[in-house]
Amino acid sequence: MEKVGSVLVVGGGVGGIQASLDLADSGYKVYLIEHRPSIGGGMAQLDKTFPTCDCSLCIESPKLVESSRHPNIDVLGYTELLSVGGESGNFIAKIKKKTRHVDINICTGCGACTQKCVVKKIPSEFDEGIGERRAIYIPFSQAVPNKATIDIDHCRIFAQNKICKVCQKACTAGAIDFDLKDEYEDLDVGAILFATGAVPYDPSELKQYLPDHPDVLTAMQYERLMCANGPTIGHVKRFSDGEEPKRIAFIQCVGSRNPKIGIEYCSAVCCNYATKESIITKEHNRDTDISIFYMDYRACGKGFEEFYKRGQDDYGINYVRSRVAEVYESDGNLTIKYEDLAEAKLKEEQFDMVILSVGLSQSKKTQELITSIGVDLNEFGNLATTIDHPVETNVKGIFVCGTAQGPKDIPETVAQSSGAAGKIGSLLSEARNTLTTKKELPPEKDVLGLEPRIGVFVCHCGINIGGIVNIPEVVEYVKTLPNVVYATEVPYACSDDGNKQIFDKIHELDLSRVVMAACTPRTHEPLFHATCAEAGLNPFLFEFANIREHCSWIHMNEKEKATEKAKEIVRMSIAKARLLEPLGRGEIPVNQKALVIGAGISGMSAALDLAAGGFPVYLVERTGELGGLLKHITSLPNGEDPEQIVNNTIKKVEENNLITVYPNSEVSDVSGSVGDFKAKVISPEKEEEIDFGIAIIATGGEAFKPEGYYGYDGKRVITQFELEKIIDKVEAKTIVMIQCVGAREEAPRTYCSKICCTEAVKNAIRIKKQKPKTDIFILYKDVRTYGTNEVLYTKAREAGVIFVRYDDLRKPVVNEYVDVYDEFIGENIKIKPDLVVLSTPMVPNDDNAEVGKMFKVPLAPTKFFFEAHVKLRPVDFATDGVYLCGLAHGPKPIDECIAQASAAAGRASIPLAAGKVIAEAIVASPDEERCVGCAICEDKCAYLAVTIEDGKAVVNKAMCKGCGTCVTACPTGAMEQLHFKNNQILAQVKHAFAW
Amino acid sequence: MEEEWTPKITLFCCNWCSYAGSDDAGVGRKQQPPSTRTIRVMCSGRTDPGFVLTALMEGSDAVLFTGCHIGDCHYISGNYKAKKRFEMLKEILDEIGLEDERLQLQWISASEGSEFAEYIRKVTEEIKAIGPSPLRQEWMK
Repeated sequence: MEKVGSVLVVGGGVGGIQASLDLADSGYKVYLIEHRPSIGGGMAQLDKTFPTCDCSLCIESPKLVESSRHPNIDVLGYTELLSVGGESGNFIAKIKKKTRHVDINICTGCGACTQKCVVKKIPSEFDEGIGERRAIYIPFSQAVPNKATIDIDHCRIFAQNKICKVCQKACTAGAIDFDLKDEYEDLDVGAILFATGAVPYDPSELKQYLPDHPDVLTAMQYERLMCANGPTIGHVKRFSDGEEPKRIAFIQCVGSRNPKIGIEYCSAVCCNYATKESIITKEHNRDTDISIFYMDYRACGKGFEEFYKRGQDDYGINYVRSRVAEVYESDGNLTIKYEDLAEAKLKEEQFDMVILSVGLSQSKKTQELITSIGVDLNEFGNLATTIDHPVETNVKGIFVCGTAQGPKDIPETVAQSSGAAGKIGSLLSEARNTLTTKKELPPEKDVLGLEPRIGVFVCHCGINIGGIVNIPEVVEYVKTLPNVVYATEVPYACSDDGNKQIFDKIHELDLSRVVMAACTPRTHEPLFHATCAEAGLNPFLFEFANIREHCSWIHMNEKEKATEKAKEIVRMSIAKARLLEPLGRGEIPVNQKALVIGAGISGMSAALDLAAGGFPVYLVERTGELGGLLKHITSLPNGEDPEQIVNNTIKKVEENNLITVYPNSEVSDVSGSVGDFKAKVISPEKEEEIDFGIAIIATGGEAFKPEGYYGYDGKRVITQFELEKIIDKVEAKTIVMIQCVGAREEAPRTYCSKICCTEAVKNAIRIKKQKPKTDIFILYKDVRTYGTNEVLYTKAREAGVIFVRYDDLRKPVVNEYVDVYDEFIGENIKIKPDLVVLSTPMVPNDDNAEVGKMFKVPLAPTKFFFEAHVKLRPVDFATDGVYLCGLAHGPKPIDECIAQASAAAGRASIPLAAGKVIAEAIVASPDEERCVGCAICEDKCAYLAVTIEDGKAVVNKAMCKGCGTCVTACPTGAMEQLHFKNNQILAQVKHAFAW
Repeated sequence: MEEEWTPKITLFCCNWCSYAGSDDAGVGRKQQPPSTRTIRVMCSGRTDPGFVLTALMEGSDAVLFTGCHIGDCHYISGNYKAKKRFEMLKEILDEIGLEDERLQLQWISASEGSEFAEYIRKVTEEIKAIGPSPLRQEWMK
């Protein structure tokens, strides 16, 4: 049977969105379904993201819009998956489109209905119950799809059987229809991706923390409280009395690491979000006292340890290592009763507000759906995967990404999403481009050199603009301006009717410029660009005038002044429109071969995924053998066999005709850019020139050799990595393991290496299993067995491994004896070990700097590579066509390396499969006549897109991002930014005041 | 009674942060005086001193540089360059004796609609207090 070239993505959080975009961009039709009214998931609710404190919605929202505008993605909000039949390549998915009682083809998302609805004070799901919404609502202002939904549990018509048509009257578009019914549909898809996410743990059963008290919030509620688009517009205050809290406590591990409630795992994100929320609180008010009550602080991830340090040193957050017994109320204040673990004492402390750092858990309903389809869950209730197949479920053709697979943060989710998209792309590669649509456009009309003929459309947007701004007056005024051949008012420009009107008038009146006076170009420009293109008008001859967000909505009580301002805004846009020029979107052909540097498990996995998609790969390895570090690992935390994984992978690489392996070789003399790279591969025997379209950097890392630490000699004092090789032969009766040796210290090893605690615990259990009488002590700072590795920590303690905490002020001393202060008994203990094992961090490859320079990609201060965006582009570089994965990005376990490898291969497959990349249209463009070759532009360009060749500036259009910084710097006016040319902006500036 | 004077303020916004922040103020219906005229550029690094001087000479009572917070620039470092240019312009305008309030720089993120509105209210009050710009008349002489 032929495979179907479409994919069902279940879950519209950041993971589902990323996978959908990647799949749609690489030639597949995508159905993205989300049971809530809008996509965006938990990330849309966050105020900021750790460790950069980026505004969460600001970085996610462009992806929401992009997915809704994508011609090959059907975003189906308020839709549920019911069942799945068929098999890999040919699934039939039954879905239910729940009715919103609003016709989504008519609703414009103006929000007029939501303001008129009389049923108020319904707890808003988006605000985690601490804000309110009405019975007809749009969950948040950037919702996608931006459509109203009637909540039938609260609507007077449905819930109370009353006659109420307030919303229907308010809707001038006529979108509300109380008789609409749920719709069912069968989708034919080749593969299914579960990106169903996780839900915050509901702490209501943990009465000891007073979960029902108004001043006890979950961390997610607190996130909403801090957020500028939250219920208090970002003012942190207590719900009991409206006062700003002066002392705030965070209680960690609420709903995590707690076998009593059946949740044994660590949720992996809570320590870091607690620090983030604390830092933001401190930025709101420096005087707020914040204490975080934690057991082990788990900063396992890139930049997290440094973030934790900032929390301590720069923000004075009080981290209390403790176990919290209870929270109780007295005199309107909250008291926390806890055991201070550093002093082994019971203590009490008062706070104004308590935040419960709740973990991630799975919704029962989702679990039931997944098992009903035949997909296995693991012991933690997440979709089960294996180390070497981190995004594949037990059912062929069904994949998983994100927190549905286990607790994880955003970048790890995004990497898995791109990884799953890549895997699906390879699986369905024969059906690529079979179901995607591409619009055929008419030839563009010639406008150069002709007097502009401008058509102006002024949108009422229902009453949103028309209710404030006197639109007929604006239209009459506009008609008096030069080159305006047509001006009209439209009720909803963005509706199908509105677009048709624009399309018709371009033809009828031979318009050569269109000005749209309506809302913001940030959301609606792509729509009108498409309309212009369909009518044969170059999209860059279109200009927006924002008279809604920037006028009617913010001057609601000054109608006359708003009308005057609207006229001026439109006048400025017309002034610019007269000078607009058509722009071409050049295509850059892409060489469909790939280069992968490094043949460890990451590089090999990436190469195999690329080859599975049909792309030839050059795999260059510095050493003489394939396999990298994994060759030296003898057991894995979950019991899988590393030798089998690595040998299987090597075999597949060697047998693959599309992969050319270059052992003992290095890459040099790289030139070119995305689509068209050239380089030399040099080995002692020969030198070969290769050409390729993309490159993946998988240079790996190595274990730090702790010369000078704790008497390291490679014999009695060895590293954890060295122990791996001899572990079955260890005869020692007493073993001491010391954690964080050479990690979490001075630059460049400021970071936590993420895997060492799990490694130590894994090896300790293995020794205990073979020789139960061996005494094993693990000396640690924090036990960082994050995520589901937590169960190993429990197992190790059950097996009798003794854990002793040390801190930087009292480090262990290693001689014949190991001397360490044990805070539990309050005195130093002496252990006489036969073997001391030092857990040392992963360190980056020493030639990263050189590789980075060749490909013009940066390194982080830790000397690992620095990705394009910490959160949303974990395997991309800012330089197009270059990707990274594995230890080259930072320390991580094998399954994460493999997921990243698939992600890098998946991302790289997008330009490879298309065979071309679309160049940015709004780029810098030098005038050779005026250029004096001073190179100031070259110096200003953050993307290395400008070079001086033969004394003149040359812009590489594939690399230019169109910021215009070089244009402003140009002393002779030779450099211009297309679509934002000096004369165009100056026209706007001048016509703000008069024509 | 004569109608209250509203200053005219030229506002340069970057596409990714401050323009979006200004949109967010609109979405949240954060009321502001009708004093600003917004010019969208892709990056604050595109805000040309020539544009600023032209705006002042054409009759703008103030000019505002806005963009992403330092560290958040969509184009890596354009806002640093904007800051440099702003400081350079500041020196020139100080030299000719123009009031400090007439050229300002403010970083606004895409989610800071409330802060944006608050800032516009504040700037408008400041400019109202010092009255119309003397520069245009000076130039016309």
